[in-house]
Amino acid sequence: MTAFAPLEALAGTARGRLGDRRTRTLATAAATVAVLLVILVAGTLLADRAAHTNLTARNLSPSLGHPFGTDRLGRDQLARTLAGLRLSLLIGALAASVSAGIALVLGAAAGALGRRVDAVVGWMVDLVMSIPHLVLLILLAFVLGGGMKAVVIGVAVTHWPSLTRVLRGEARRVAASDYVAVSRRLGRRGAWVGRHHLAPHLVPHFTVGLVLLFPHAILHESGLSFLGLGLSPHEPAIGILLADGMRYLSAGAWWLALLPGLALLLMVKTVDVLGQQLRNLTDPRTVQE
Amino acid sequence: MDLELLIKDVLATDESPPAEGLSSDRRRSRAAILQWVGGKVARLCILLVAVSVGSFLLVEASPIDPVAAYVGAEVLNIGPDQRAQIEARWGLDDPAPTRFFRWAGQALRGNLGTSMIYNAPVAEVIRTRFAASLGLMALAWLLTGVFGFGLGIIAGSRPGSRVDRGVRWWVYTLASAPTFWIGLILLYVFAVSLQWAPVCCAGPIGADPSTVGFGDRLHHMLLPAITLAIVGVGSIALHTREQVVTFLHGDAAVFARAQGERGWGLVRHHLLRNAAVPALLLQFASLSELFGGAILAETVFSYPGLGQATAAAGIRGDVPLLLGIVLAATVFVYAGNLIGDVAHRVADPRVSLLPAARA
Repeated sequence: MTAFAPLEALAGTARGRLGDRRTRTLATAAATVAVLLVILVAGTLLADRAAHTNLTARNLSPSLGHPFGTDRLGRDQLARTLAGLRLSLLIGALAASVSAGIALVLGAAAGALGRRVDAVVGWMVDLVMSIPHLVLLILLAFVLGGGMKAVVIGVAVTHWPSLTRVLRGEARRVAASDYVAVSRRLGRRGAWVGRHHLAPHLVPHFTVGLVLLFPHAILHESGLSFLGLGLSPHEPAIGILLADGMRYLSAGAWWLALLPGLALLLMVKTVDVLGQQLRNLTDPRTVQE
Repeated sequence: MDLELLIKDVLATDESPPAEGLSSDRRRSRAAILQWVGGKVARLCILLVAVSVGSFLLVEASPIDPVAAYVGAEVLNIGPDQRAQIEARWGLDDPAPTRFFRWAGQALRGNLGTSMIYNAPVAEVIRTRFAASLGLMALAWLLTGVFGFGLGIIAGSRPGSRVDRGVRWWVYTLASAPTFWIGLILLYVFAVSLQWAPVCCAGPIGADPSTVGFGDRLHHMLLPAITLAIVGVGSIALHTREQVVTFLHGDAAVFARAQGERGWGLVRHHLLRNAAVPALLLQFASLSELFGGAILAETVFSYPGLGQATAAAGIRGDVPLLLGIVLAATVFVYAGNLIGDVAHRVADPRVSLLPAARA
């Protein structure tokens, strides 16, 4: 919980001193990035502590020494949670980037390369959307045999359709606009048009879409690990921690389930806030706010 | 003259062909409906073919050895001779297209193979499990719809108020919450601590499923359904809120106010039915997420439904069951979208079923 204090503090002062909304948006974005960096660093530094077992301190409820309590092997839950959040961040970043990359390529191609490509991409989007995400993820995780690679590929392959739709619409709008037609009449070729006319419109959507994909990627990663199809049970992923916690729930060990999940929720929310701020900054209608 | 313009305007909202297409010739309209239904069925068939080819290719590309997956830890005790026998018995040495068409041919006849973890025909496993899940999902769907719509109306009628901000904060926060974590919290509070609800399963432990009464069933599916509803209300609440806010700023609201409508009456008489239609559409379109959520919720509450079977099939490598479930889930989601489409057309007179022959 202490890791999230900076966000609260900054948000508080922002409201008091930094008057205009744009500054406040920037400050909030910076604060969220700072929180995520703190989690990354703390998770990396505490990796050893997260794996350290102490059989004389098993199943302790939260205390000053162990703010999140300890698990059945006496491992410190706070250290494990932070290590898990770090894992989630890394996997989420990787999967969301790959996914957004797929969306960018397909979306731009569909928008700019004419009807036939557009129809194929549209059909692929519909196909992936027609199966529940988690079912497709389970199938992919099974096919790829579980583990980090399977989770990243699975999440990346299932999350591109929504962003592809956005990018496709945007690319189609730009490609049909008058100034692109003029540009073509003036002899500009496809690549030039793509770089000078298409990219400036697609990149903001792409960046925001990437950050907003992030929470979905993290939640699906943890869900998959929770089901036992994701990361190996030796990794301190949040899904694994919660699956462990579930087993000790009826014994009254509430902290094993409550605290790591709450930490994950707060982190996902932080990433989401970052995405909203970025959207405000890139959207011309709200860029002054 | 004005009326004609209005009709044309209404028709134009559905990108339909010009008005003469609607000149009500009954035979023509019946043909249009048939064509529409035919188009939908054809789409489903194409979709199923694509999904089954896709999943078959995926499983085909998998490095997982089917014999080892089936036998489990005892694979070490199997000699090369026995392995060859099993592979020949299963037809594993045939080329992939042959195997696909064999599987697809049987699947068309309703035989999806045998589930190895439940030791029963896949179609039967899916049927019984889906029956259990259907009740759970229907309850969750109802709760989501009623609460999401209600929250949206309440938040939207007073935009910017404390209630509105509270609802939005709550909804956005829940969008960041893992479904299974919500389930775990509910499980701890209501089943372990307060003991108001059972900890697991779809009926009392040890009871014959056929003798479990309706009340007992409801009691067992309440917590998982609430879990799904808590996570699910977000999109419908936000969507409805937008609708209400747009309506209150529009001409219709100004006109109604001029007639003396105020506050709740304005919402109840002028908005509720208008906002209910898109909400219904959205609810039907959300079956995909509902199914995904059910996998997690059923695992948390050990509810013996299709979701739990999906997770089990994935973990233990039950390929026939997994392929069957993928197809079943596809049909389920497609049916949801289709029902939503039809409901929309029936409920909203501006979107008639007839001119939509373009399927």
